[in-house]
Amino acid sequence: MAFAWLPGAVGDIARGAATTILLIAVTTLAGTFLSILGAAGRRNGPVLLKRAIAWYVEIIRNTPFLVQLFFIFFGLPSLGIRLDPVLAAILAMTLNMAAYTIEIVGAGLDAVPGGQTEAALALGLRQRQVFIKIVLPQALKVIFPALASQIVIMMLESAVVSQIAVRELTYEADMLQARTFRSFETYLVVTMVYLLMSMALRRLLVTGGRRVLGAGVS
Amino acid sequence: MIEFTFWDIVRNLLLAARWTVLLSLAAFIGGGIVGLVVLFFRIAKNKWSRRVASGYIALFQGTPLLMQLFLMFFGLPMLGLRIEPWTAAVLGLTFFASAYLAEIWRSGVAALPLGQWDAGASLGLHYLQELRLIILPQAFSITRAPTVGFLVQLIKSTALTSIIGFEELVRTSNAINNATFEPFKVYGLVALIFFVMCFPLTQYARKLEKRAMAH
Repeated sequence: MAFAWLPGAVGDIARGAATTILLIAVTTLAGTFLSILGAAGRRNGPVLLKRAIAWYVEIIRNTPFLVQLFFIFFGLPSLGIRLDPVLAAILAMTLNMAAYTIEIVGAGLDAVPGGQTEAALALGLRQRQVFIKIVLPQALKVIFPALASQIVIMMLESAVVSQIAVRELTYEADMLQARTFRSFETYLVVTMVYLLMSMALRRLLVTGGRRVLGAGVS
Repeated sequence: MIEFTFWDIVRNLLLAARWTVLLSLAAFIGGGIVGLVVLFFRIAKNKWSRRVASGYIALFQGTPLLMQLFLMFFGLPMLGLRIEPWTAAVLGLTFFASAYLAEIWRSGVAALPLGQWDAGASLGLHYLQELRLIILPQAFSITRAPTVGFLVQLIKSTALTSIIGFEELVRTSNAINNATFEPFKVYGLVALIFFVMCFPLTQYARKLEKRAMAH
């Protein structure tokens, strides 16, 4: 094992890690938003929408992320939709994460007692206010640990977007090992960077969640 | 240039899907065996053995599978072993699966009332007998749904072995796509094949979960 190449590679690794963090940050926001819409639509929407959401969830959950990514990046251009690699990666990650988090958010919505909605309506709040101000915050608090795990899992899965040449952490590792001929050492270092990132991300989500959603979030 | 009809594409993909199935089974069985060993360490009385097992599980659950496969592919030759994509894929997925299965089964062991251990001890069973006759059968039975759920995840994870050069479904589809330039059709079909493999298992896991809830 030789690590003489490491000092010169710190910049590349940091740049790759920054891109990975950017990808997961955008995906978290877009994915959570989409899954709130999806979970609400699955409960209160018209029958066709309910059915469409159910199928979307099943299709995404029963096919590999890598295939979804290739389908979006290589397949969609034949329908005239051409995306650059970063956009394709963010789209694939968001659609993938939402399929898992729709179920999680949905479970949270179901866990809020019906009396909360009735009480809010009795106070004269409109339907939308009831959902946004009363039901959703309580639901998010319940499901936050599951949501946080899903975000960490997505961050780890994002390694495969290197396959469509998004210059994130794994892509930088591929480039580095091709240059240094130290494949094992390079991937070992980058694996440890991923480990640190996933531990830090979990810590960040737990502390952040506790601050925003209140106590009781573990 | 070779012309591919629709049925040529389907036939080649289905032939490649055999390797996906075989790899999933090998990794599930291998992962189950190694996972059992990890489980023994994870629930042992010795504190250090538990710590080592937790570290092992955290390591595999906290790093990307793709990195684990790369380390296997490039690392084993450094130990002097001649390694091919198939070996790296099976070993990589086996260790990956062992960490997840050990954690799933541990949750089953933890869910059992402590009285089960006491009852076993009072019948004069020693530790291994208690595990084999009382604890593990119950732990496996209450974690059947997440175990099947993980099998689905494992089948999907085999797609990543295409990146280290194992000729399974996704790698074959890349080759077909390069020859036919019909990515929409090819990747659509690949998704469909994975769906046909995974969906029944997902439904089965859901049924098991419902049955467990009813109890």
